[in-house]
Amino acid sequence: MTLQFLLDGLIAGSMIGLGAIGVTLTYSILRFSNFAHGDFMAWGAYAALAVVGVLGGSTPMGPLSFGLPLLLAMVAAMGLTALLALALDALLFARLRARGQSIIVVMASFGASMALRSLLEFLFTSQPTYFSRAIQMAQPVGFGMRITADQGALLILTLVLVTGMHLFVQRSRRGREMRAYSQNPALAQVVGIDVAAVVRATWVIGAALACASGVMVGVLVQIRPLMGLDLLLPIFAAAILGGIGSVPGAVLGGLIIGLSEAAAVQFVGAEWRAAVAFVILMAVLLVRPMGLFGVAER
Amino acid sequence: MSILQVRELVAGYEPGLSIVKGASIYAAEAEIVVILGPNGAGKSSLIKAIAGLVTITGGQVLLDGVDITKVPAHLKIRAGLAFVPQTDNIFPLMTVAENLAVAAGILPRAQTAARIDEVFVSFPDLARQRALMAGSLSGGQRQMLAVARALIVRPRVLMLDEPSAGLSPKLVEQVFAQLCDIRQAGLTIVLVEQNARAALAIGDRAYVLVEGREAHEGPARTLWNDPILADLYLGQRRHAS
Repeated sequence: MTLQFLLDGLIAGSMIGLGAIGVTLTYSILRFSNFAHGDFMAWGAYAALAVVGVLGGSTPMGPLSFGLPLLLAMVAAMGLTALLALALDALLFARLRARGQSIIVVMASFGASMALRSLLEFLFTSQPTYFSRAIQMAQPVGFGMRITADQGALLILTLVLVTGMHLFVQRSRRGREMRAYSQNPALAQVVGIDVAAVVRATWVIGAALACASGVMVGVLVQIRPLMGLDLLLPIFAAAILGGIGSVPGAVLGGLIIGLSEAAAVQFVGAEWRAAVAFVILMAVLLVRPMGLFGVAER
Repeated sequence: MSILQVRELVAGYEPGLSIVKGASIYAAEAEIVVILGPNGAGKSSLIKAIAGLVTITGGQVLLDGVDITKVPAHLKIRAGLAFVPQTDNIFPLMTVAENLAVAAGILPRAQTAARIDEVFVSFPDLARQRALMAGSLSGGQRQMLAVARALIVRPRVLMLDEPSAGLSPKLVEQVFAQLCDIRQAGLTIVLVEQNARAALAIGDRAYVLVEGREAHEGPARTLWNDPILADLYLGQRRHAS
């Protein structure tokens, strides 16, 4: 038996976890499930692809399939995706949130998701595309496991982003304000927290991390307009498994989903992979609805 | 000289459905003003409206002569108006120190740590529990934390909505003694209370609110024995002359 599934699961889980951070923040702070979140991943990947094109391509750096231009493009794309999320909020979600019916906002996010996806297909066609078509050789890392340089680099990137995000939420003033607002929006206003700034920060962080996740999927797999939709269920399962509102929970949830999917492929069959997230989601909702790090509603 | 002036305030949670119906009150410097009234009189809605949490549709709120009627809730604390809600008045999943830090967030960064330390000197119980999750505190400690959090930015006026709710008589005594100390420091306090006897004992002036507007105003110390209080609570008299 090979342990390769552990490494594969860790890598898939990293991408899911990054996406789940945005979902968990949006839910706990803005109080709705944003089904357009997966499309931020796809838009982020395409934005990075467009910026790389403007920069004249990405020359490989050492053993990696990409170079500095892609990293720069990813940073620019994170900003562009954040702008997209802010625009969507200003045009659609904020107006509906003001009416106070979260189900309408959820349904609107379904509509926004379809619109964003269709627009991507219109602009870039539905054909898959790639940041690089170079084939990488996986190197052995022990216990029968192998990893490519790209996979290793993206695992490190995930670690950096998640650590930075955790420190931001726990230590920074805006992070404290976000946590306070998620616990009690009325009290947050009373103590002087600018709600509009908290909402903006939530969209910017969620969209930027979704973009990073989308770029990772693009580097390791491929870029498609449907890539976000494919990851939507695992992302929601991860956010719910980790406990809504918990950033470490979302990441851990992502890793568990990723590892479970990889284990299903290894031991049961690849056709069962997509069912794993669904089964875990159902089990969590039935057994521990507040998730691993969540707190029961008072 | 009055610091807080509320003129003919009309406010409610839904359009066309006013809970506060033309209430007028004022509070002078270093004064404790008590607002009493039967259930549903609109006491909590009145101070929530002043704090910016209930929509104001008419009237004015002046702080130090400046019209703050339309100032958003999160900016009222910067103007000097602090509010302690009756329930859910702390962030339970944050530590005691974080609860204070999040409130001190509107201060210049250089002052934040010093102000938190000052509050811990004034509230030594909280200092001992600074690393505990606020949700694990007892009812009295939570109320102390809520008051401490409101005071950290040195407001001009402190409004409290039923600070004695759910507390034992001994804790009520402690909380009210703390409010007296705070007043001694020059702060104006507006206190909405169901516990009329305890509130009137520390108050300077009192209003009795009935059906969304003030029905009586007078010295707090004598109101407890005034038959008008019972009359207004029982709804026999709607408006005092």
